[in-house]
This record gives sequence, C-alpha cells and structure tokens, in this order.
Amino acid sequence: MDKTVNPPTSNDLQIALTINGQGHTLVVEPWVTLLDLLRDNIGLTGTKKGCDHGQCGACTVLVNGKRINSCLALAVTKDGAEITTIEGFASGGKLHALQTAFVHHDAFQCGYCTPGQICSAQGLLDEGHAKTRDDVRELMSGNLCRCGAYTNITDAVMQVMLDGSP
Amino acid sequence: MTPFSFVRADSLSHAIQEGRNPNTRFIAGGTNLVDLMKQNVDRPSRLIDISALDLGAIAERDGGGISLGAMASNADTAYHPLIKERYPLLASAILAGASPQLRNAATNGGNLNQRTRCYYFYDTATPCNKREPGSGCSAIGGVNRIHAILGASNDCIATHPSDMCVALSALDAVVHVTGPDGDRSIPLIDYHRLPGNEPWRDNVLEDGELVTSIDLPAETFPTNYSYLKLRDRLSYAFALVSVAVALQVDASTIQHARVALGGVAHKPWRDLDIEHSLIGKPADDATYRAFADSLLSQAVGQGANDFKIDLARAAIVRALRQAAAGTPQSQSNKRII
Ligand SMILES: Cc1cc2nc3c(=O)[nH]c(=O)nc-3n(C[C@H](O)[C@H](O)[C@H](O)COP(=O)(O)OP(=O)(O)OC[C@H]3O[C@@H](n4cnc5c(N)ncnc54)[C@H](O)[C@@H]3O)c2cc1C
Ligand code: SF4
Ligand code: FES
Ligand code: FES
Repeated sequence: MDKTVNPPTSNDLQIALTINGQGHTLVVEPWVTLLDLLRDNIGLTGTKKGCDHGQCGACTVLVNGKRINSCLALAVTKDGAEITTIEGFASGGKLHALQTAFVHHDAFQCGYCTPGQICSAQGLLDEGHAKTRDDVRELMSGNLCRCGAYTNITDAVMQVMLDGSP
Repeated sequence: MTPFSFVRADSLSHAIQEGRNPNTRFIAGGTNLVDLMKQNVDRPSRLIDISALDLGAIAERDGGGISLGAMASNADTAYHPLIKERYPLLASAILAGASPQLRNAATNGGNLNQRTRCYYFYDTATPCNKREPGSGCSAIGGVNRIHAILGASNDCIATHPSDMCVALSALDAVVHVTGPDGDRSIPLIDYHRLPGNEPWRDNVLEDGELVTSIDLPAETFPTNYSYLKLRDRLSYAFALVSVAVALQVDASTIQHARVALGGVAHKPWRDLDIEHSLIGKPADDATYRAFADSLLSQAVGQGANDFKIDLARAAIVRALRQAAAGTPQSQSNKRII
C-alpha cells in the first residue's frame, strides 16, 4: 500500500522507502532527517530522539540491514532503502527473540533507549563480529542507557547471540 | 537547519560540475555534516549527495598496496579481510573511533574531512576563528581540556578528531582527489594542515575538490603495531591522546619505526627525523622514553590540557612497548597491557 503525504514545493524531493516491509512514496524537504520522517511523517514513534546529534543511539534503525543513527541521516539520501524500526520486530502478535530476551533479563527501566538498543543488537548479531561478552559490551557502546541497565542489556544480547533464542 | 537545496550526483563529472557552484558541500555519510548544519555551524546553500558514485571499492593496487574508496564505509574498511590481515593498525584505529552505528554510516572521505570537536567551534554564540574568521579564539584562555599541545597558533588551538587518520598517517597513505582543475595526489601527512593564521582551512583540499580514494602503500606492518587511544570513557568518546605505532623489530633492535599521535594537534602528528633516530636502537623502555621526550619537547599546554603532555609521554612509551612485543591494544576489552 502506497501512502503519499505533503504536496511538493520547490525544494522538496520525492523518495521511495520500504519501511517494515511496507512501501511508501514520500515528498520531503531535504533537511528532514530520517528520524523526523519516521516519527512525524509516518507516525512510527517507536524510534526515539535522545540527543539528535549522534551521541546516544536512541534513534538507531536498520537501513538496508545496517544499523545507523537516523538523526544524522537526511531522508533524501536514503531513497530506495529498506528501513526496519522497532515496530517491524514483532510478527503475528509474537515478540521477536530480542524483545523477549529484554523482558526476560529486565534489560530496561524507563524503556526510552530500548528501541534503539534492540535495533542495534539486531545489527550486532547480523554483523557477526561479536564473539565474547567484552565484544558485546564494546559493540553495543553506541547505545547509551540513562537508567544504567547495561549489565542486563548485555545479558539479553548474549543470550540471543549464544542460543539464538531467549 | 538553514534551508538548502539538494542534488544527487549520478557521476563523478556531475559531482564536480555541481561542486563549482558557491557554498555547496558534498555529503557522504552525513554523520558530521548534518550535525554541523543542525547547529548552524555550517550553512551550505546546496548539498551534493555523492553516495551513488562508484567510489566504494576496497581493492588491491598494481605493485602492491590497497586502494580504499572514499565512499567505502569506515566499518567495511575496518572489517575488510585484506585490511585486517595487512593493515591491522588501520582496522584497530577505525574500531577505536565513534560507535558501530556511526562507523556503518561514516565514509573514508568523510572521516578525512571531518571538522574539529572544539566546543566553541560548535557554539555559534562564541567567537571562533575557524568558524568566523577574525572573530577570535575562545578556547585560548577558555575551556581547553581537549585542545592541542603541539603545532597550535595564536589564532587556533583546535585538534583534528579522527582516529583513522592517525593510522593513515603512520602508514604513509596517499590521498587522491579530483576537481575542476584535474586530479592530484597528496601524501596524508601533508593533507591536514596546522592552523597558522588561516585556521578555517583544515586541510589542503580546494573548493570543489573531491576525495576519490586513499592508497595504502605495499609496506604492511602486520605484527608489530598498536593503536592506543586514551579518552574520558572507554568507548564512544574522542581521543584525548592517541598513538599509532608501526614497527619492524629484529632481534630486539628497531629496524623501522612509524609513530603518529592523535588528539594533540590540528593534524595527526608525526616527526620523521625523530622517528628516524629510533632505527638501530634497542627496543626497550630507555629508547621509548627518550623518543617520547624528543617528540614532545616542543609541547605546550593551554591550562586545562596541561595533563596531555604527561599523558602523551606515557602513551607513547606504552604503545611502543605493545607494538614491539606484538601485543597490540585490544579495542574490545580495553585493558592496557
Ligand atoms: C557522537 C560522535 C562520535 C564520534 N566519535 C569519533 C571518534 O571517536 N573517532 C573518530 O575518528 N571519529 C568520530 N566521529 C566522527 C566520524 O568519524 C565522522 O563523523 C565521519 O567519519 C564522517 O564521515 P561521513 O561520511 O559521515 O562524512 P560527512 O558528514 O558526509 O562529511 C563530512 C565532511 O567531509 C566532506 N566530505 C565527505 N566526503 C568527501 C569526499 N569524498 N571528498 C571531499 N569532501 C568530502 C563533507 O563535505 C563534509 O564537510 C564521531 C562522530 C559522532 C557524531
Ligand atoms: S581552537 Fe580553533 S576551533 Fe576552537 S575556538 Fe579557537 S579558533 Fe575556534
Ligand atoms: S538521537 Fe540519534 S544518536 Fe541520539
Ligand atoms: S532504560 Fe531508561 S534509558 Fe535505558
């Protein structure tokens, strides 16, 4: 299903994105970040704005399978991309293994960083460079947690990494 | 952000043609440029997206060595089998920088051209000669914990923030650029400049010039290397001081040495004469200490960053020791041995 929003004005550009498997054709101003587009234009508010400067990881999403900070990506530079946000993790009413592991390990308090943590963890698993707990800590270091749930976050990611399921 | 127009370059010549227009910027990963634009530190009127250009390859060069495409991501570069095997110093330095997310988006060309993290440069309410030529330098006599101890001027004491470039400097990399006046090749050690009385110029790239690739010479340092980065927290923080070391050691005698410092100057800091003095010396602490003393003999603190001089001295000795022993700094567990 295609959703077209906003009429074009002079600076605006048309882009096509697949977001959580759904196609979107959008007309956006060039200064709109992918983060603002997801939250404000598409209404996917699961992705969080923490710092808006690449310093916290709350806005992490997967773009063509790679985790990036959506606050530092201009939407117009992602034409044609496939985006996965936290809303794309559960399927058929069933939580994703990482989501279940985060619940099981109590890997959050306020939950504000959690969507970014989970997207980042999926990126980590797909990249396949983490072998040890130290590696997981280091390769999750792009996601800050003001509540300090780091130990439990590491436990959750380790469990999915080692068992494939929580 | 100040409004701007945007164009996607579909060829190198298109990008160069667009780059002739005043107040345009090339945008690669955007991880530095978008941030600077959000703060109104940089206000281009037009962005030229170079991400569709065929500049992403990491390939062997005729006669040895590797060519790194300007648009290859920092992550793809660090994890590339040829880089891990032959230039682990470069892989290590890249992995010491930023975060996995940022390294996925950041490109090699963007890393080279990233701007300083001086707080005043980012704060448009304060004077800064780099941002607003002639307005003054707020960091001199101000908050300058992260600032330069070598090669600073009375106009600017900023540092270049890159980790990757410190390793590229030690590896004698060469930067290839193209522009309205044709192609040029610039040794990395001459690419970034000292601030002098033109602190707004970070490097020797001219308006409209584009970095296309970075060459690594055939000479590799696969065993005796280390990238030691010291910072205010163990990860996801810029270097206060970093040291890239590449050595060839034979029966405990230094045959060949490269040492570059990060976080201490407006460019990765190397001194070829002092480096040369290491050749033929025993690979021991006395040699390393004497070397560190010479390399830092001109170092001056600005107050809040005085500690960097001692920190750099200790880091140089440690990194040389790690490299000589073949026990490079781990970028995973961060324990310094
Ligand atoms: C929170 C945070 C922490 C960070 N920590 C570190 C760190 O610890 N160590 C470190 O080294 N870096 C660090 N970085 C910086 C990061 O490495 C850079 O932002 C990144 O390398 C820039 O690459 P890019 O492709 O995103 O560049 P862009 O943001 O797209 O561009 C940066 C500049 O380079 C120019 N440019 C880009 N490509 C070219 C080209 N091919 N030719 C000519 N000009 C070009 C652009 O016009 C722009 O002026 C950090 C960044 C953030 C946000
Ligand atoms: S050190 Fe350089 S960048 Fe920082 S305020 Fe001074 S002139 Fe500006
Ligand atoms: S909101 Fe993007 S990194 Fe903080
Ligand atoms: S759970 Fe509150 S910020 Fe991480």
